[in-house]
Amino acid sequence: MSGLLENTSTRAIGADIGRVDGPAKVTGTATYAFEHQLNAPAYLHPIQATVVRGRVREFDTRDAEAVPGVLTVLTHDNAARLADIGDAELAVLQSDEVAHRGQVIGAVLAETPEAARQAVRLVRVHYEERSHDVRFSAARTDLYTPGEAEDDEQGDLAGAMASAPVTVDHTYTTPMEHNNPMEPHSTIAVWEDAGLTLYESTQGVHSVRSTMAELFGLDPERVRVIAPHVGGGFGSKGPLHPPVVLAALAARLLPGRPVKLALTRQQMFDLVGYRSPTIQRVRLAAEPDGRLTGIGIDVTAQTARFKEFLEQAGKPTEVMYAAPNRRITHRLAALDVAPPTWMRAPGECPGMFGPEVAMDELAVACGVDPVELRVRNEPGTEPASGRPFSSRNLVACLREGARRFGWQDRDPEPRRRMEDGWLVGTGVAASTYPTGQMPGSVAAVRFEDGHYHVRIGAADIGTGAWTVLTQIAADALGVPVTAVRLRIGDSSLPSASLAGGSTGTVSWGSTIVAAAQAFRERHGTAPADGAEARAGLPDNPNRERYAMHAFGAQFAEVRVHADTGEVRVPRLLGVFAAGRIVNPRTARSQFIGGMTMGLSMALHEDSVVDPRFGCVVNHDLAEYHIAANADVVDLQAHWIDEADPYVNPLGAKGIGEIGIVGTAAAIVNAAYHATGVRVRELPMTLEHFLA
Amino acid sequence: MESDIILRVNGREWPLRVDTRTTLLDALRERLGVTSPKKGCDHGQCGACTVLLDGRRINGCLVLAVACDGSEVVTAEGLGTDGELHPVQQAFVDHDGFQCGYCTPGQVCSAVGMLEEVAAGWPSAAGRPVADTPVLDDAEIRERMSGNLCRCGAYANIVTAVRAAKEVSR
Repeated sequence: MSGLLENTSTRAIGADIGRVDGPAKVTGTATYAFEHQLNAPAYLHPIQATVVRGRVREFDTRDAEAVPGVLTVLTHDNAARLADIGDAELAVLQSDEVAHRGQVIGAVLAETPEAARQAVRLVRVHYEERSHDVRFSAARTDLYTPGEAEDDEQGDLAGAMASAPVTVDHTYTTPMEHNNPMEPHSTIAVWEDAGLTLYESTQGVHSVRSTMAELFGLDPERVRVIAPHVGGGFGSKGPLHPPVVLAALAARLLPGRPVKLALTRQQMFDLVGYRSPTIQRVRLAAEPDGRLTGIGIDVTAQTARFKEFLEQAGKPTEVMYAAPNRRITHRLAALDVAPPTWMRAPGECPGMFGPEVAMDELAVACGVDPVELRVRNEPGTEPASGRPFSSRNLVACLREGARRFGWQDRDPEPRRRMEDGWLVGTGVAASTYPTGQMPGSVAAVRFEDGHYHVRIGAADIGTGAWTVLTQIAADALGVPVTAVRLRIGDSSLPSASLAGGSTGTVSWGSTIVAAAQAFRERHGTAPADGAEARAGLPDNPNRERYAMHAFGAQFAEVRVHADTGEVRVPRLLGVFAAGRIVNPRTARSQFIGGMTMGLSMALHEDSVVDPRFGCVVNHDLAEYHIAANADVVDLQAHWIDEADPYVNPLGAKGIGEIGIVGTAAAIVNAAYHATGVRVRELPMTLEHFLA
Repeated sequence: MESDIILRVNGREWPLRVDTRTTLLDALRERLGVTSPKKGCDHGQCGACTVLLDGRRINGCLVLAVACDGSEVVTAEGLGTDGELHPVQQAFVDHDGFQCGYCTPGQVCSAVGMLEEVAAGWPSAAGRPVADTPVLDDAEIRERMSGNLCRCGAYANIVTAVRAAKEVSR
């Protein structure tokens, strides 16, 4: 497995190359879903439920239909019947039932966006309303254990807690958060005799194709999905959500005409998922020197009553620290809400908040430096599974981060530094993210007109796939990057797995390596024009034998204003161990991007649900705050050289998500050091310091 | 209600009949096929639609097209082209001041407009006395670019890019 690329003269991998799609993006000429220029499009605007639970008794569409330019009003009465594929979220307009506020119950199709929008406001809907329940709490009596996460117990945590000289037992919470990629979820759907064409903002054209084909009872060959550029996703554009189904239903009523649907920013808070809030009881049992004898996390998350999704926040506790006694549990509250979904580092991101703040509390309780505490609890093998790590360099990240950050001079006492009215402190937390690989990718290599045309239906959602896959192909073929012509983002290309779980580069890249090898084996180094070969992603038997994860350490400096409680983060420094770095420029962007979103999570993000109305009330970017430019001051990402011979032929680990893991904990820990106030809930806002 | 207007976009003149409810952003994107300004929120909260309207940076979603009759609009694709990028665009490429690219044309237009504002002595909320001549340090860049949100989190590189572009244009 190891070093398949060592034999070639590696020139492109590791090179600091600018994005191949850079000029198109800075001039705004890269084409996103809604921007494909098609003839005479019609515009679709959704009608959303204004009750939380119940059924639609009647639509009164007379005034809406009278608006000039309105083509049709789409409801469950005239929508096509879809196949039941076992995903209730996608059963769009299949019944009169309302399962959450904001659910799509219809849509208006019109000649212009203005007419569609005006008409939606004129549709009168009469409901039969039922009582609802959206209150998320760990004290609910109807919490249940999801099938995918049985309780995981090793040893006896309760016994360890009872006998340990030092314990930490606190509850930490993270709020509901919305992905909010800058490009709203958008679709252009064209229904023709030949089939359905979708210009879609998605993290995976092939998964959209297969799911839509199944829903609409079409041969997958008759569905084509096109997404050359995608304006961010962070998970919400991974699984399908109702809008793409709605657009296809509307296009079916208007054969031959393109139907355009772009969600408004407000609709993004109702229809495309979110990160579940979590409540985490974390328990640590330790010796006086900080060595853990027990570690436990009991997670409560929410799901929709009509579709289950589990935010698996207990996962990192399987990986992080040695302790003979361990307990990891998950409970779900099923509510009358829209289904949660993946959001950047689902599981790991919220699941490293509670435990990493708890580790800081343990460091304080034991009088041990928080870097040293983590080093002392470094496991030899993956704690929950006992498998060896393919590589694990958390300690190296902590040491290198401490050196770069200037940690050694830190006075551990809180509330010791005051500068110009600001209390100043520093904190640390660890990061981790699994190194996955998704099956199902195929790549094709063809030599034509002096170029190697490499084709795979991958997606670039901002990760740099256009660039790094070109680099990987160049080295795998042993040619300069200028000899490679890459095509991605179209389901007419060979199948590719999703851009998700930080698996894109490694899954697609390993597939391209296999296809390049197949090409060279068949056609040699002087191929004829038209020579072609393809290959699928090979199995990696090492995946059974080894635990594979990336690790990191994040250091934060926080200032809290002594009078106003205002919180600023003047410094944030991360060091990561993530295998081979394919392109330092795009990799650094991935890390700092994750850390910036982590800073945003620490200080700002909070989707506020009004239990009376069942919806997110701060549903726009003026009220749902995300980090702005002025929030980010000195932010640095570094990495250590890490050779991992087992993970994949590239020796690379996924890096799109680890940057957000641990950031919020490092910031909260720094705020404790600055002020002596321990914050156990996010976001950390000024009222925490004014009590 | 409809009105006839003339828009000058990236040096080209477009006679256009618009619904008076149509924003400048929708007129550019849906009527003229000029899709370099992006729609991120449609409420002036994200800056993705930033264009230069008669030389000043504005949010295209907050201006009605009918109010722009006779105006000169410059978008990111009017600032430079592949092979002949504007210095701000080149700096964004060099310093990786973007990832998904969706906020980027707005960031670029905003930076170009902002550099003009600083040159004209406009104050900001970065903290200096408003009567002082602004000095474009990193804190000023961050403050003056905070109307353009980037969810990929490229801010640190955007500041580096704007600083580099400023030095090139000097």
